[in-house]
Amino acid sequence: MSAVRKEDSMLLQKQMMSDHYDRLASAHDEGRKVVYTFVPGNLNELVRSFGLLPVLPEINALQSGLRKKSGEYIAEAEKNGHSEDVCTYVKCDIGMLKKGNIGPTGTQLPKPDLLLLSYTGCFTFLKWFELLREEYGDVPVAMLHVPYQANGRIEPHQRDYVVQQMRTEVIPKLEQVSGRAYDEDRLREMLRLSARAEDDLVWTLESAKRTPSPIDAYFGGVHYIGPIFSAFRGTQGAVDYYTALRAEVQERLDAGQGPVTPEGPMGTEKYRLVVEGPPNWTSFREFWKMFYDEGAVFVASTYTKVGGLYDRGFRHDPDHPLETLADYCLGCYTNLGLPTRVDLLEQYINDYNADGFLVNSVKSCNSFSVGQLMMLRQLEERTGVPGVFIENDLVDPRYFSAANIKNRIESYLQMLDQKRGKAA
Amino acid sequence: MDVQRGAGDVVTLDDLMTQARSLSEDIDFTAVTQWKARAEGRKAIGHMPTYVPRELIHASGMLSVGITGGGDRLEIIRGDAYFQSYICRIPRSTIELALSHRLDVLDGMLFPSICDVIRNLSGMWSMIFPDRYVHYVDVPQNFDVAVGGKFWRRELETLRTDFARLSGVAIDDDALRASIAVYNENRHVIRDLYRARSERPWIFPMSEVYYILRAGNVLPPEEHTAMLREYLVLAPGESDRRDQDRSRVVLAGMFCEQPPHGLVLTLERAGCYVVDDDFLLGLRWLQDDVTTTGDPLDALVDAYLNHSAMSASRYAPDGDRGRWLIDSVARNRAEGVIFAAPSFCDPALLDQPMLVTALDRKGIPHTEFKYAEDTGQFAVIREQAGTFSDSIRLWSEA
Ligand code: SF4
Ligand code: SF4
Repeated sequence: MSAVRKEDSMLLQKQMMSDHYDRLASAHDEGRKVVYTFVPGNLNELVRSFGLLPVLPEINALQSGLRKKSGEYIAEAEKNGHSEDVCTYVKCDIGMLKKGNIGPTGTQLPKPDLLLLSYTGCFTFLKWFELLREEYGDVPVAMLHVPYQANGRIEPHQRDYVVQQMRTEVIPKLEQVSGRAYDEDRLREMLRLSARAEDDLVWTLESAKRTPSPIDAYFGGVHYIGPIFSAFRGTQGAVDYYTALRAEVQERLDAGQGPVTPEGPMGTEKYRLVVEGPPNWTSFREFWKMFYDEGAVFVASTYTKVGGLYDRGFRHDPDHPLETLADYCLGCYTNLGLPTRVDLLEQYINDYNADGFLVNSVKSCNSFSVGQLMMLRQLEERTGVPGVFIENDLVDPRYFSAANIKNRIESYLQMLDQKRGKAA
Repeated sequence: MDVQRGAGDVVTLDDLMTQARSLSEDIDFTAVTQWKARAEGRKAIGHMPTYVPRELIHASGMLSVGITGGGDRLEIIRGDAYFQSYICRIPRSTIELALSHRLDVLDGMLFPSICDVIRNLSGMWSMIFPDRYVHYVDVPQNFDVAVGGKFWRRELETLRTDFARLSGVAIDDDALRASIAVYNENRHVIRDLYRARSERPWIFPMSEVYYILRAGNVLPPEEHTAMLREYLVLAPGESDRRDQDRSRVVLAGMFCEQPPHGLVLTLERAGCYVVDDDFLLGLRWLQDDVTTTGDPLDALVDAYLNHSAMSASRYAPDGDRGRWLIDSVARNRAEGVIFAAPSFCDPALLDQPMLVTALDRKGIPHTEFKYAEDTGQFAVIREQAGTFSDSIRLWSEA
């Protein structure tokens, strides 16, 4: 039964994605307009309230990684003068564009009618869309500058600044591109749907507090956040997806089962781990296998918070539509100061009863990576739980050194065993 | 040629360069310690590249100190334990400076919003030094006075309050206007120097300008202005400086981590006259005088929104990324552009393809290489720059 249910949510998501990409492929022929934007701080409800279709280049890049296309795309971008030193998501996207812009489902992606530069938590976003602006000629750009939460709290003037930009920069441009007027009631309706899906997402993520955890909150988690972090937040489709997902997880929970891996149900849970940093996409399954083969399950992850920190209580609030979108943008994980990030990880280690934690440091992403060595030490000091530090990349296969990573993980888990042995 | 400095003190160019060099190379910040010791209760605030409103620091009676890493004179012992190998060098040498107590002389530290590295470094700083003043300076990317301007004014008000608390000196409008005037003068003389160098680069070689500007990191602005003025008088007095018919180049990409002095010397030896650059851009971020009448915070806001230098970290709403560089080439009659960016510098390296496209459209020659602040081997760069310099000279003669 659980296998069938599992397929329900997986299939549902797959169908949503493929419908979306089909709609994108025919968008311009059918007179629909397309907005490119980023995952952190995306204004999906607002964009869709104008009848516009979102494209998220980060999702395309990670999908290219999963489909083993990214190496070729990165090489193409480097051939065109992009430095080997910079974020590979950008190069993967530019390379994909140069090679015909074929999206993850094999259909061609439409050109953007607007680049909505949600400038949240990463400086590279600015350069990325400036580069796309050049590639696509005179596509309009709406810049939404989201201030950094260096002190870990949203200041009223930061919220005002974001809301004001929505009113004076983002909404007018969305109106212009769509030919429709801003419809706040429609937006509220979508935000209501967002909050419902967010409740179920949080419930799913928090199910990992149970032992054994019914989910892997990292390798499984990246699937669970798919609909809500990409094009579907604020839609009935996302609500239905999360209802189905919750039912599946509930069932595994009731049966005392662990996560389902690509090779079927995981064996006995031996290690509970927390993780900081994005995963590697080019060798995603291989990387996951290194953990599930050893009985290691991820019970909490920060990467699954880049598109919103819902488990800390935030929900989109239909009663304050623009303010809630501003708070959402401000609160995404990579927009938080390092001390707040360390606090969050510390809470995860404690709340999820973790035996250890992994810092998966990706070369591409300064936003995530700068400071992670210090985070590791701080967390070890504060929690007494040992961590392990691994370096690789998101979508550049040249930086995934399987043998080294596997060795490192194995010896780390052995060390956790020894520590337990001593404690016992 | 020499100049007289009050009390019969006569200064030659050699003296001045020795002084500028030792100020810019002093990783112990002795000048800052000495400045503080000259009066009871003095304080100093450090800041990373690029732009911070130094006028506010000055108006509170504190010294603003530009921190641009440890250059090529600092051995990294602890800093590498804080950063992965694929991160640029300036954060690790800055951490090294701090952990080796060389920055204890600072009473606070500002981290402007230039890139994710500096941004995250601000958080690291507040964890390493929980008792010190640390502030992330979030400059607006929206240039509408009613939106980005309002936000920036609010940030400036926070800094004004913070600096008043740190220094114990309330910053009134008159004091702030006076500080604006002091920095206007400093920027003015720097602009004079850039103009003079563009006119006669053989008189004001980059290898000297480098030290003269960098001394501005640690000197009070009034003293730095005086130094710049002395240099403008002394350098033309050197009789052996003649036009050697070298190629005229603009250097781009050095707005944050600074190149080692040896790199600049190498470019000169390879036959280049540097006629413009984005070296220590923070010193001349505001490209026009800031108004000294009316509300001084509004004046700073207006200057930031409307008269800022273009740099990779600043959004270009009009989409014309390469314009400043094309303009600079034209204004300075440059024959080519050398992109010299720090390794792993996302802002500079992601900007570069757009600048290259702009140059290609105009048929302006360019070459590029990367450096780190402690690069010590220049043979390859010399070869590359030499070939480039020769080729553009041939090009312009043809
Ligand atoms: S630097 Fe990080 S957050 Fe920014 S685009 Fe690259 S991977 Fe994404
Ligand atoms: S050198 Fe570049 S990447 Fe490094 S801190 Fe400076 S701007 Fe950021």
